[in-house]
Amino acid sequence: MSELLVQERAIVTPGESLAVGMDFLPGENTYRENEKIYSKVLGLVNISGRVIKITALSGPYVLQTGDKIIGKVIDIAFSGWRINTNTAYSAMLNVKDATSRFIRKEEDLSKILAIGDYVVVKIINVTSQNLIDLTMKEPGLHKIFGGRIININSQKVPRVIGKKGSMVSLVKDKTGCDITVGQNGLIWLKGTPEGEYLAEQAIKMIETRSHQEGLTEKMEKFLDEQASVLHIPKRPTSSVTESTESTQGYEKFQERDN
Amino acid sequence: MTYTKRLDGRKIEELRPMEAKAGVIPNANGSASFKIGKTWALAAVYGPREIYPKFLANPKKGIIRCHYSMMPFSGSGERIRPGKSRRSQEISMVMEKALEPVIDLYDFPNSAVDIFVELPQTDAGTRCAAISAAAIALADAGIPMTDMVSAVAVGQVDGTVVADLSYGEESYPAVVSDIPVAMLHNSKEISLLQMDGEISKEDLISSLELAKVATEKVYELQVKALKERFVKDNNHKNNHPEDN
Repeated sequence: MSELLVQERAIVTPGESLAVGMDFLPGENTYRENEKIYSKVLGLVNISGRVIKITALSGPYVLQTGDKIIGKVIDIAFSGWRINTNTAYSAMLNVKDATSRFIRKEEDLSKILAIGDYVVVKIINVTSQNLIDLTMKEPGLHKIFGGRIININSQKVPRVIGKKGSMVSLVKDKTGCDITVGQNGLIWLKGTPEGEYLAEQAIKMIETRSHQEGLTEKMEKFLDEQASVLHIPKRPTSSVTESTESTQGYEKFQERDN
Repeated sequence: MTYTKRLDGRKIEELRPMEAKAGVIPNANGSASFKIGKTWALAAVYGPREIYPKFLANPKKGIIRCHYSMMPFSGSGERIRPGKSRRSQEISMVMEKALEPVIDLYDFPNSAVDIFVELPQTDAGTRCAAISAAAIALADAGIPMTDMVSAVAVGQVDGTVVADLSYGEESYPAVVSDIPVAMLHNSKEISLLQMDGEISKEDLISSLELAKVATEKVYELQVKALKERFVKDNNHKNNHPEDN
């Protein structure tokens, strides 16, 4: 005698009951109490088979091993750097994970990364107490030069990247910017001042309208209109090599959208 | 003289007109505006973020911290000295305790979620408005919560059990009692219960029954405010202040 109380893609609030009976299983952002399954966050209902989960519409970033993030150097320690991850927890980037070059014992680490620098890094380990280790030694991970960093809600990152990176490559093509999206919600834009400005506008727009359908088409129209106003030349096609973060986003997106 | 007709003409179980909106402060992680009669609360939620001073940190789960503050000319009387007072510290504490049971911050050890509530205008029932606003703001910020908290004051004015007392009723020249109640929606557990004044046992029981109905009305409004933030209509533009 199990019964579903909500529809697919309905908006639910914390504490709202989603289903009665043991035939349904509580997934992400839900919990079971007695016979009922309740939502834990404000989000969209996602039913896959017997599992009910909620795709959060807002909320803090939860650090996960393997995520590519953008961080800021906040301190230089004995053998590495402390990185602000834009969460409640700072992370450690060890010298051996930052560069393959030999570092002499008395070498000044601020010559490699100074306080205030931004870096594109990958999370290699997260403990239960959220102590984080990072690496910068993989392709696509580097120190950031120039451009601008913007901050969006991390729950909107999959939407900004889009299916198979469709959204981010659209913005790249139309604005001529290089865009790196960190899973923690920090995004690095580099291009002409007009291009950066337009890309920022576009990403903020995607963030506020992430729950709407047919957003890619709407963004294409918006970017075309704005690009002609700002005289931004079109870039022929987005380079394939830059799609490393796109795949990551796509997998997550699929996982959430199934 | 008995209190049969309420000062503002409401029915005995009727609440003052309410209005709620989520996402009113773009800089905050979550925010809400909650109005009940002339009382108006604005709540902003930040975090989970790093906690200072460090000794407050709990290695098992994140904590919440409330900051309640009435604005200097929010009351109808004298100017209120800004900053913390004995009263505002007490209310901040009871707010934390009222919201604590629903907050699920086990994924965020050693962190803090800060909730700031400002009251631009007040006319009784401020702690209830503050809790109701804070609950909307927390949900808007995406903080995991097992339930919603809704708060409203009930009480007795000269022998009549009423819901949502106004300032005129709180200071009515007779035997009056004012009982702010915060209730969880699903379990109907009471997470805030204070009282000022005098009340008989029977009246207390019936006023708590009344609180169940009254908090439910607040709950409906809270849910409506949260859902309105994400209207599916693609042409709807008024939901996001940063949108236009």
